[in-house]
Amino acid sequence: MSSSIAITLKQCGRTFASGHTALEPIDLRVEAGETLVLLGPSGCGKTTTLRLIGGLETPDPGGRVWFGERDVTALPIEKRDVGMVFQNYALFPNMNVTDNIAYGLRIRRLSAGEVRRRVDEVMEMVGLHDFARRGVDELSGGQKQRVALARAIAVRPKVLLFDEPLSALDAKLRDRLRLEIGTLLRRLGTTAVYVTHDQAEAMALGDRVAVMERGRIAQIGSPREIYHQPHSAFVADFIGSVNRIAIGGTRDGWLEVDGGRLFCPRLHGADHAYCRPEDIEVGDPASAPISGRVVQSFFLGQSQRLLVDTGGDAPLQVEAPARRQWRRGEAIGLSVASDALFHPHHPLTFGQAAAHG
Amino acid sequence: MKRRGLFYCQLGFTVLVCLFMIVPVVMSVLAGLTENYFIGLSSGLTLRWVEEVWRLYSDTIRLSIQLALACLVLTLLLGVPAAYALMKSSRRWANAIEEALLLPVAVPGLATALALLLAYGHHRDFRDSWLFILVGHVLFTLPFMVRPVLSVMRASDMQRLEEAAASLGAGFRQRFLGIVIPNCVSGILAGALMVVTLSVGEFNITWMLHTPLNKTLPVGLADSYASMRLEIGSAYTLLFLLMIVPLLITLQWLGSLVTRRH
Repeated sequence: MSSSIAITLKQCGRTFASGHTALEPIDLRVEAGETLVLLGPSGCGKTTTLRLIGGLETPDPGGRVWFGERDVTALPIEKRDVGMVFQNYALFPNMNVTDNIAYGLRIRRLSAGEVRRRVDEVMEMVGLHDFARRGVDELSGGQKQRVALARAIAVRPKVLLFDEPLSALDAKLRDRLRLEIGTLLRRLGTTAVYVTHDQAEAMALGDRVAVMERGRIAQIGSPREIYHQPHSAFVADFIGSVNRIAIGGTRDGWLEVDGGRLFCPRLHGADHAYCRPEDIEVGDPASAPISGRVVQSFFLGQSQRLLVDTGGDAPLQVEAPARRQWRRGEAIGLSVASDALFHPHHPLTFGQAAAHG
Repeated sequence: MKRRGLFYCQLGFTVLVCLFMIVPVVMSVLAGLTENYFIGLSSGLTLRWVEEVWRLYSDTIRLSIQLALACLVLTLLLGVPAAYALMKSSRRWANAIEEALLLPVAVPGLATALALLLAYGHHRDFRDSWLFILVGHVLFTLPFMVRPVLSVMRASDMQRLEEAAASLGAGFRQRFLGIVIPNCVSGILAGALMVVTLSVGEFNITWMLHTPLNKTLPVGLADSYASMRLEIGSAYTLLFLLMIVPLLITLQWLGSLVTRRH
């Protein structure tokens, strides 16, 4: 498992027989040992990309897929040495937990002793040792997905592929399994590609995240880059919440905005800017650069989300401390740090981003 | 009170329906065991007619079983891969082909048989052999194998299971035999039950295709009703029941065994 391999996609597109183009020709590289998350709404091409890497789909003519130095474009999935985890588990109903996990090892004709040893090892890893003899129908969703995970890693694949593995689980379990998968992936060091539409999953698991939109990669980068320096409104909006602030005019580094003004020389000449709700600071209405009125507040436990009307088209979303209570209509002051404002065409330099991250 | 009344109404109705279906069977069986049906049970019971039928028609029973089993084997060999292929093909094509497969069931058996005679009747050896009837039976029963197998495959998300097996390194043969077949056993058994039942009881096609030397049980039955004493026809029915009921019970039992295991 120490010898992980890189995956390279060159001009891989996929057009289906119906004429629908699921994926425009893309170039993509997943470094050895890296976890790349493909993130996007349904129909954005993320699953198609995953299936191209796995060998369940063939790219349109011209596209090539490499595993390390080897061109695997023509190889079917069973020859690619991958492990795959599916959204609906895809456990074999005719086998119990042990036989499911042992399936790939038996296909590889390992000795019975070796099969037993490896099955025990991975069952221990995913915390399943008490369920060895259970039928797969007797398991909960979380246990099923653990079996699927164990089955995929038991064969020690060169590449691990995840197709929305947590989407069918409830929120609490999803959080827990997400952590477990993250820990496991770091421990194994296997190159992994993970498809999801859940941004929290993408942030937590990805060494890098590729945000996809309508068959293209909209942006690829570390979770922090994607979050703090989105290259487009789509990316900004898809990852986390974002406020769009209209700019009336700029003078001496000050931006005229609804309810006041903001200082940000970098955005000189822009007609709008974006900022995250958690980057807006709440202050005294008398002295803060922007003032507005609280329209609505939503208590979230660890914080609260305020909707603040500053006279613009849409109220601003503001993340505020949970303890302080605001009444509806109460005056509130807001400020935004210069480096928390962004616009796709006026990117931060690397140093500024690092200060932020 | 009102509910009680409704309950007895339903019970009465159920009993009536059961009697309506069972009484003729019992009458027929009794007729086959009665010395003289026109005199009635007072003439005494006998196994004479059963022996007579056995002497005259045991060949038809043998042929019927042989046909049913051969038909089962062929529908398994053709139907299961066909269902698999239909599962994999696009829904639109699959539906059209499924409809086409059903045609021999919708078209009167006589017409199917006539078409077979017109097309292949001049191959004398083939036409005279029981294999000619077998072709008719397979045509007629194939959809009853394909449909349950296909629906089980679709319900169990077979394509995903196969992809999972493939991702673990299994080649086509290993996937098909180790994953696809074991996970549609319930459909295969349901199909087998239908195929055997239909083949054993098939009359229309068989009647057109049979030769004096190749008679199946239902054809023999028609023969005996037409040309023999009523008691002989009835004794024949009795033998038919003795043969088909254990066969069906066995298949049912096998089916429930498999379902319980899953």
